[in-house]
Amino acid sequence: MSPLLRLAKSSLGKKYLMAFTGFGLFGFVVMHMLGNLQVFLGPDAINKYAHFLKSTPELLWGARLGLLAMVTVHFCVGIALAIENMQARDQEYAVKRAVKATLASRTMVVSGLIVLSFIIYHLAHYTLLTIHPEYRNLHDDLGRHDVYRMIVLGFSSPSVVSFYVISVGLLCFHLSHGIGAMFQSLGLKNEAYVERIDCLAKIVAVGLFIGYISIPLAVQIGMVK
Amino acid sequence: MNVKLRVWRQAGPDTPGKFVEYEATGLNPNMSFLEMLDEVNEDITKRGEEPISFDHDCREGICGMCSCVINGEAHGPEYKVATCQTYMRSFQDGETITVEPFRAKAFPLIKDLIVNRSAFDRVIQAGGFISTSAGSAPDGNAIPVPKQDADAAMDAAACIGCGACVAACKNASAMLFVSAKVSHLNLLPQGKPEKDKRVLAMVQQMDAEGFGACTVTGSCEAVCPKGISLNFIAKMNRDYFGALLRAPSKAKAAHAD
Ligand code: HEM
Ligand code: FES
Repeated sequence: MSPLLRLAKSSLGKKYLMAFTGFGLFGFVVMHMLGNLQVFLGPDAINKYAHFLKSTPELLWGARLGLLAMVTVHFCVGIALAIENMQARDQEYAVKRAVKATLASRTMVVSGLIVLSFIIYHLAHYTLLTIHPEYRNLHDDLGRHDVYRMIVLGFSSPSVVSFYVISVGLLCFHLSHGIGAMFQSLGLKNEAYVERIDCLAKIVAVGLFIGYISIPLAVQIGMVK
Repeated sequence: MNVKLRVWRQAGPDTPGKFVEYEATGLNPNMSFLEMLDEVNEDITKRGEEPISFDHDCREGICGMCSCVINGEAHGPEYKVATCQTYMRSFQDGETITVEPFRAKAFPLIKDLIVNRSAFDRVIQAGGFISTSAGSAPDGNAIPVPKQDADAAMDAAACIGCGACVAACKNASAMLFVSAKVSHLNLLPQGKPEKDKRVLAMVQQMDAEGFGACTVTGSCEAVCPKGISLNFIAKMNRDYFGALLRAPSKAKAAHAD
């Protein structure tokens, strides 16, 4: 069997694909948070940043297609693994006890699928603007798309904020297990690093959660307006 | 002490099974779980019924034959021991204990609590060996082995192949077993020449047997009677990765020969 075929077909190969795409998406999630946090620097900073991102279509579309490819592979391989894993036990135990396994590790497909539905909603909300086409007409004094205003308007609804907080929570829950697991899948763990990696994974996941939800909460309490 | 048992009874692979309740009375708390089953079987036999079939051999935690899931835990409530080293004192007097066979598609049920674990043998046959011409015994220490490698290989070799890792894993994955068997030989100089071939072949057989993949839940490590570490799975992931990268150039070199 050729190495590429093994990558796609073997259980270990599939886990490499999960870990590579998971790593890429994790990298994006970190950069996206750092970008978003500029909202605290005022309208000029974030509008300038958004304008910068959109002004080079080659880079923008490169990133978008890369992300789309990573989500697609992560999703398809994740579902394929979930099905194989379910089929590997044809009869369930009468007494089920998850020894040591954390809730996050046992529910990766569920958290993943909810995150996917959030990604679709989030793109419709802020990127495609299908939910609020009027956001397209927001411009600041320099004629740039007023992303700052869009964020404030978008997060002024408590129900939108609640859904956002829950979804980001689930993403970070997915990552609280996923970050450590991806080191394991790629063979980058050993006796010396395993505890530090798992501990750091949880800290990073909590950090991401706080970073992301600080924005809608700041809008809600009127700190960002 | 007395306990109530709920035992999975199934006459054969193709007949439907069900739980049957038994009373085990007058037990000595220092009996092993298997001795308790022996007592129950005595009673069952006296009543003229079919005794409970269960796997066992050494009864001292080294052969890997005993294989029950007790109250949802492979090898029962105590850690780093097999079912044969689980004692009745680990249970409450009057407790109801549910006993099930290991459940995995790759471990088809034979009878009652006995499952067929030949899938593990086929994984070993695929690469869990070294090819060497047998001659007279080599000199001790003729091949230098770093102490850390010898220790790690020994830790991996402690695996008794009982299959508790598969039984406990939510994916019925055999990763802990296969990684122990791969690492045990891959860590040693004698195993190095066939390192890549071994890991590729053993993983391929593991997948062909219908075991699931690893989600890194850690249940396998927790129930393992020999405390095989999850780090061996990381090592196997690393070895497999290297083998995939090296495969094309090795194939080309072999072709040129
Ligand atoms: C599109 C929706 C998603 C689905 C359906 C999904 C599904 C899954 C599943 C099933 C696993 C576990 C695979 C296994 O261990 O058997 C997993 C692992 C992982 N996911 Fe996701 N996920 C999704 C989105 C994301 C996102 C957006 C990120 C990152 C920001 C992410 C990061 C990870 C990481 C890092 C892992 C660990 C990889 C590993 O175990 O080696 N996932 N995902
Ligand atoms: S009977 Fe040999 S390990 Fe339990």
